[in-house]
Amino acid sequence: MSERVVELEVLRYNPETDSEPHFQRYSVSCEEEWVVLDALNKIKETIDPTLSYRWSCHMAVCGSCGMMVNGEPKLACKAFLRTFDGVIRVEPLAHFPIERDLVTVIDDFVMKLKRVKPYLIPKQDKPVSEGEYLQTPAELKKYKQYTLCINCMLCYAACPEYGLIPNYIGPAAIALAHRYNQDSRDGGRDERQEEIAATEGVWDCSFVGACSEVCPEHVDPAGAIQQVKIKSMVDWYKEHLMPWVKK
Amino acid sequence: MSRRPYVREIPKFRWFFRQPRYLRYMARELSCLFIGAYALMMVWGSKQLADGPATWGAFLERLHSPSSIAFHVLALGFALYHTITWFNLTPKALPVQVGGEFVPDGVIVGAHYVGWGLLSLAVLYFAGAF
Repeated sequence: MSERVVELEVLRYNPETDSEPHFQRYSVSCEEEWVVLDALNKIKETIDPTLSYRWSCHMAVCGSCGMMVNGEPKLACKAFLRTFDGVIRVEPLAHFPIERDLVTVIDDFVMKLKRVKPYLIPKQDKPVSEGEYLQTPAELKKYKQYTLCINCMLCYAACPEYGLIPNYIGPAAIALAHRYNQDSRDGGRDERQEEIAATEGVWDCSFVGACSEVCPEHVDPAGAIQQVKIKSMVDWYKEHLMPWVKK
Repeated sequence: MSRRPYVREIPKFRWFFRQPRYLRYMARELSCLFIGAYALMMVWGSKQLADGPATWGAFLERLHSPSSIAFHVLALGFALYHTITWFNLTPKALPVQVGGEFVPDGVIVGAHYVGWGLLSLAVLYFAGAF
């Protein structure tokens, strides 16, 4: 296994002493197959134990280590060092306040996720004795890609609309609302529409499409948002032009 | 330990220079101005046509000016960019599931091109081109 010295420029911010963030340069000896997260771990273990960042699984499953790598939202555990030339600039996820160093304040996303009720609201509750809520493979396929979302928030860091309009509910939350709306076992669409069919929901999206381009799990939030727009528009026409037609 | 989160401001007008994908998006948005301008020119042209052969002739003459030709070339370029980029996005907004499988993106995009071609032929037919 070959090693090379990698230069990392990491955005640092200590809320107790700094008035604003600043870059700090680290030279760290890394193995060829390492990812940015490995380099950060090596810095923390051998050079600077004060460096703060979130991580957990190191396998693109937990969604904790999202950060900007050379200006692009990436999971640090999936960003291979060998794919970058020169100094690698590492910053906290864009569009979120910085708590400390690479750690961001994610409360806004968590609150929005909660608002869209990203869980199954059965059409009819039934006792356990009546068995499972059954679903065909085709019904599963309809929403399956959205279940792969790991809440890493890279899509929020890529979305310029979220950066400019902080009230916008944003890609992942809408994609997850759509995931449950598409589920044949679910009956909670009306409750979710209150949030996602509003101005601060899908109508703040202008289809930049960056969310889907950066998603590490290949979910397509941009697609979900456009589909919600179309369905909401159909709802509107039905309600205003054909009030006798049931939704 | 006190919390003092640092909020980074987003530049209101320069944000789209930060990423090539944002520039591509802005180019797509900008394309509508050229399409709108071309539509207005068509409306104006229809008015000239309604006003009689002399005004119509003068209108056609003005279309041959260098600035008009430059506008048409630009408008054509933006119209193509507009059409191609939006057609390429249609499978995201209009996924079609047949049984257990989704129809491939290429088929949905292709159907739009076929529709475009058929409509263009219809317009040419009614214009007396055939």
